[in-house]
Amino acid sequence: MKDADQRVITTPEGIELPVVLASMGSRLVAFILDALIIMSVALGLALLTIFGGASGSFAAFFVLIVFLLRTFYFALFELFWQGSTPGKRNQRIRVIDAHGGPLSPGAIFARNLTREMEIFLPLVAMFSPEQLWPGASGVVALLAALWCVGLLLMPFFNRDRLRVGDLIAGTRVIVVPQEMLMEDLSARLATRPARYAFTATQLSHYGNYELQVLEDLLRREADVDKDTWRLVCEKIRKRIHWPDDQADVEPLVFLRDFYAAQRARLERGLLLGVRHADKNEAREAQARTRAG
Amino acid sequence: MSGPDTWFPLGPIQTPDSTKESGPSGAAGFTAPELKSVQFRREREAVWRELEGLVGAVEKRGLRALDANDARRLAMLYRGTLSALSVARAISLDRNLVVWLEGLCGRAYLCVYGTRHHLGRALIHYFLYWLPAAMRRLRWHLLLAFVFLLAGGVAGFMLTLSDLDLFYSVMPAGMTQGRNPAATTEFLRNGLYQREAMDDTLTAFASFLFSHNARIGIAAFALGFVLGLPVFYLLFYNGLGLGAFAALYHTRGLSVDVWGWLLPHGVTELFAVVVCGACGLVLAQAIVFPGRHSRIDQLKIRGREAAGVVLGAVVLFFVAAILEGFFRQLVTDVPTRYATAAATALFWLVFFLPRPWGTRPGAKNNAP
Repeated sequence: MKDADQRVITTPEGIELPVVLASMGSRLVAFILDALIIMSVALGLALLTIFGGASGSFAAFFVLIVFLLRTFYFALFELFWQGSTPGKRNQRIRVIDAHGGPLSPGAIFARNLTREMEIFLPLVAMFSPEQLWPGASGVVALLAALWCVGLLLMPFFNRDRLRVGDLIAGTRVIVVPQEMLMEDLSARLATRPARYAFTATQLSHYGNYELQVLEDLLRREADVDKDTWRLVCEKIRKRIHWPDDQADVEPLVFLRDFYAAQRARLERGLLLGVRHADKNEAREAQARTRAG
Repeated sequence: MSGPDTWFPLGPIQTPDSTKESGPSGAAGFTAPELKSVQFRREREAVWRELEGLVGAVEKRGLRALDANDARRLAMLYRGTLSALSVARAISLDRNLVVWLEGLCGRAYLCVYGTRHHLGRALIHYFLYWLPAAMRRLRWHLLLAFVFLLAGGVAGFMLTLSDLDLFYSVMPAGMTQGRNPAATTEFLRNGLYQREAMDDTLTAFASFLFSHNARIGIAAFALGFVLGLPVFYLLFYNGLGLGAFAALYHTRGLSVDVWGWLLPHGVTELFAVVVCGACGLVLAQAIVFPGRHSRIDQLKIRGREAAGVVLGAVVLFFVAAILEGFFRQLVTDVPTRYATAAATALFWLVFFLPRPWGTRPGAKNNAP
């Protein structure tokens, strides 16, 4: 997850939720999967028409079904599957309203009715331009084809990876969140007595950011090697002026105890309305206390 | 320091002296008091897990997976969890918890605010109230689109009358099926009154006409995004072909016959073409003249509405194709043909003009 892909929507309840934009790759794969489904259904029907006695009404049925599939496949799936299609579900992505409101049927149809122009026209323009511009000169056809391809590639040219349909409908495609809830580190640490204790001054050097970096490290305990533990431990000991005569600590235990103590202190600050986002803010607060 | 279950209001680590005295080794043996955030999580986690279960069911099998009771519960748990997220953001520094709650709220949000509509009721509302009202809001766009179609028609008619050879440059050879200036009058007349037995080919023909025309209509709408120029081109070009066609028959004294052949389905079909063109113009207008809103916002507001109207046009194309595929081939009586044309015109007029009993309250601004 890159921060550049993160956007914030405000739910109707007024709470801000971060969402992550779907990557071009997953959107492309989702589209290809959906296109394959449409094509295989069409192909199956075509085979049935050819081999199952090509009566006129069956051919009519075929033409009608293919049209309905092409036009409404995406819209109906997004309508009934809360903004996802089989391809999108496979890629774990969804369509949402750009501002966090409910996804209206109008928006769904708007973003899907434009597919005809975005995907079909560029394909025709590339492979048989004379169908679109009968009698047009080569240069005109080429320019028009470039223009169409530009439309197709539009998601690459804007920050939010919007296709024309997204722009018209005011929608975005995001990744469906799938975070695992892990055990609270503090709760686990609280079950055993602390080996190291820290003074208030020692706990006044770091802010929330550093605490959460340490949290990530401790959560990946199994993947982290001994040297890293020693290095991090060393760094923290220096910063908080841990007495040198007690320098011989067991790094992992020290870090766990430090995490518990630091978090307890910072969270108590939060309850009192004091928030230190990172070590710089913590240092400024320290300076203010000393001056005052 | 005492045993693990002793409650320290501030915790032993807050007093600098106590650690100074005991030192790191001496501090062993006490257990940190439970944090407020840990307590908070312990008390609410069951509710979050329940929400997670419901959301998982909806993600797998759709909203149908929930009965009425669960659906109500989903909405309730969603709001509760959302407010828990606010609290967690304020008091907890457990990043994993906050990120997980954000994710859970996001997934639940998609379930709660995804679309949920009773299809039948939505369709009735759409056709009887929303579509006519939206059409009336687009009246000037409709007029402009119609003027372009008409201008194309008049130009095609005049040009072809002045020089019959121009017919070939306006109509692609594939579309005319031999109905060109080189054909005999007899051939042209027969084409208009060809009676076909009611068989399967007609059905195939009608359904081909429908998908072909509807696709062009949808393209006309979508092309509005590129500033509307292709929309004008499409409308004008359509009119041009029609005008040339009419002029060809006019030179053979078949005017009454050809319009009788064209109009029964043409009223509906041309109306649908004009509607799609008008919707394309709406998009173009939103980009070129955004008015009070930003271009993006204006495009979004008007685009959603226009897309809803285009769906109505697809239905119009369907009706037109039925008329074209069946009626035209089965009914060759000229007065009946004109009567049908008039009837369809009247029907659409009544359908889209304001109802005498007014629109349903609140129906005006609802999305389709």
